[in-house]
Amino acid sequence: MNTTLTAGLGLKPEHYDAALTCPAAGLWFEVHPENYFVDGGPRLAWLEAIRAVHPLSLHGVGLSLAADSPPDREHLKKLAALARRVEPALMSEHLAWSAWRGFSYPDLLPFARTHEALLRIAANISLAQEALGRTLAIENPSHYLHIEGHNHDEIDFLTELSRRSGCRLLLDVNNVHVGARNTGYSAEAYVDAFPAALIAEVHLAGHTHDALMGDALLVDSHDMPVAPAVWALYQRLIARTGARPTLIERDANLPAFDDLLAERDIAHAMLQRASSTMAEAA
Amino acid sequence: MNSALAQFQDAFAAALLATDAIAANPAVAALVSQPGFMVYRNTVMKGCIDALQANYPAVTRLVGEEWLRAAAAVFVRAHPPTQAALVHYGAGFADFLAGFEPAADMDWLPGVARLDRSWTEAHVARDAAPLDPARIAALPPEALAGLHLQPHPAARWAWFGEAPIYTLWQRNRSEDADNADSGDIPWQGAGALITRPQAVVQWTALDEAGCAFMATCAAGLSLAEAAGAALAVRPNADLAALMSQLLQAGAFAADTIMANSATTDPEPEQEQS
Repeated sequence: MNTTLTAGLGLKPEHYDAALTCPAAGLWFEVHPENYFVDGGPRLAWLEAIRAVHPLSLHGVGLSLAADSPPDREHLKKLAALARRVEPALMSEHLAWSAWRGFSYPDLLPFARTHEALLRIAANISLAQEALGRTLAIENPSHYLHIEGHNHDEIDFLTELSRRSGCRLLLDVNNVHVGARNTGYSAEAYVDAFPAALIAEVHLAGHTHDALMGDALLVDSHDMPVAPAVWALYQRLIARTGARPTLIERDANLPAFDDLLAERDIAHAMLQRASSTMAEAA
Repeated sequence: MNSALAQFQDAFAAALLATDAIAANPAVAALVSQPGFMVYRNTVMKGCIDALQANYPAVTRLVGEEWLRAAAAVFVRAHPPTQAALVHYGAGFADFLAGFEPAADMDWLPGVARLDRSWTEAHVARDAAPLDPARIAALPPEALAGLHLQPHPAARWAWFGEAPIYTLWQRNRSEDADNADSGDIPWQGAGALITRPQAVVQWTALDEAGCAFMATCAAGLSLAEAAGAALAVRPNADLAALMSQLLQAGAFAADTIMANSATTDPEPEQEQS
């Protein structure tokens, strides 16, 4: 784990200039690598400029590791080339699928956590890590559906994936909250049981209530500030695990960069406190 | 790929884009009836439609956001993305619009879409130094005829003979286009040259002779042959002015200047009306 990273922000093109000159200590940025799968041009130049002054994380959304087929070779090749170019401090993907039989579905789609799925996904992660020459952190997705036929609960499944592939884990605390509300499990119990030693990164984000279903269906929309309940879960987590690189994701309804930075500073301060409390306890 | 996971993914993917709720796989049918399934459906459709809207800004301004998003929804179901990098999504949107019945009375719309697409291709193209006009100026005039110039990797050009496609496009491409020219558009053919010599995509009007000139260069032929092609479509073409315009715009790559030798470089995609 890179101990110099404290709290970071998802980087949007609207904020490039502000991000470039921001002096905040411990600040890092995360992007979706797929947005930089280009041969040349200003996007790559922007990313390299940011990378020259801040640590960067590549957070993939398109590798489709939970599909019943190996990751797309062309996609992996582009991802590996981008990783060589920007040398990210962290690289991550999702426990989900988004490509199937030649088509791409821009979302993080669910599946039944069967033993068959475990073998396939562990093999897919190993294959990807080999092609990248790096370890990936795998993120717990949001859940919206009651799916039949799980053989493993999600934490078991992720832990087993790590044991088989050597991958690490990305714990998205907002996804835990959203999934707990939508499918009826305890978010606190989930956060308490998540294997601390495997956490390479933590995500925080805002969510919304579904327009029709209201409170009964939360949507992981990344278009709001982090909710108080999610901050509370996060505090509970880091009180147990100590500090972990933490990212605030914001993809829509974008506020000014300084507003996002203020939200990020809350996480930064919580991480500093968690570190000093751990140090005192030690 | 006939495992339970594969069968689940087949049915789930089909149900995502379906307009009705039928799912062949019983496990997926049980999911489609849950309210949460709409979250996946909405996210996938919104992601694809947002990408098309972002990639076709001039089309969006001309037809309005509501029309564009309704047309995009039809396109998405017929042509889902084939890669996760959505900056490349919608290559076939112009052809789709050409056959889209509700767009039948806007025969200029596919051409505008082709120029939006050309802008994206220029934006993401390989970086390359443009040919410095001084290098051409330094050559003796008799050396020019035998030169073979390759278009810059970001250069795109298109001539539209039937309608002022370029004029419509450039007045609707940028955010502040409302404040730019607002005069009447003369209804005549108009072509475009889109280039990105450094970081920023730029564009200029290019006539039929200029487009013929660029196409001939892209085919690996000499400047003499390019000049012949330009004069064939416009006998009074000012070749010196044309050459100057192309060089100033960064239409040629610096590293592909070759005298008296045809190249085998693949020609870049280009648009034809």
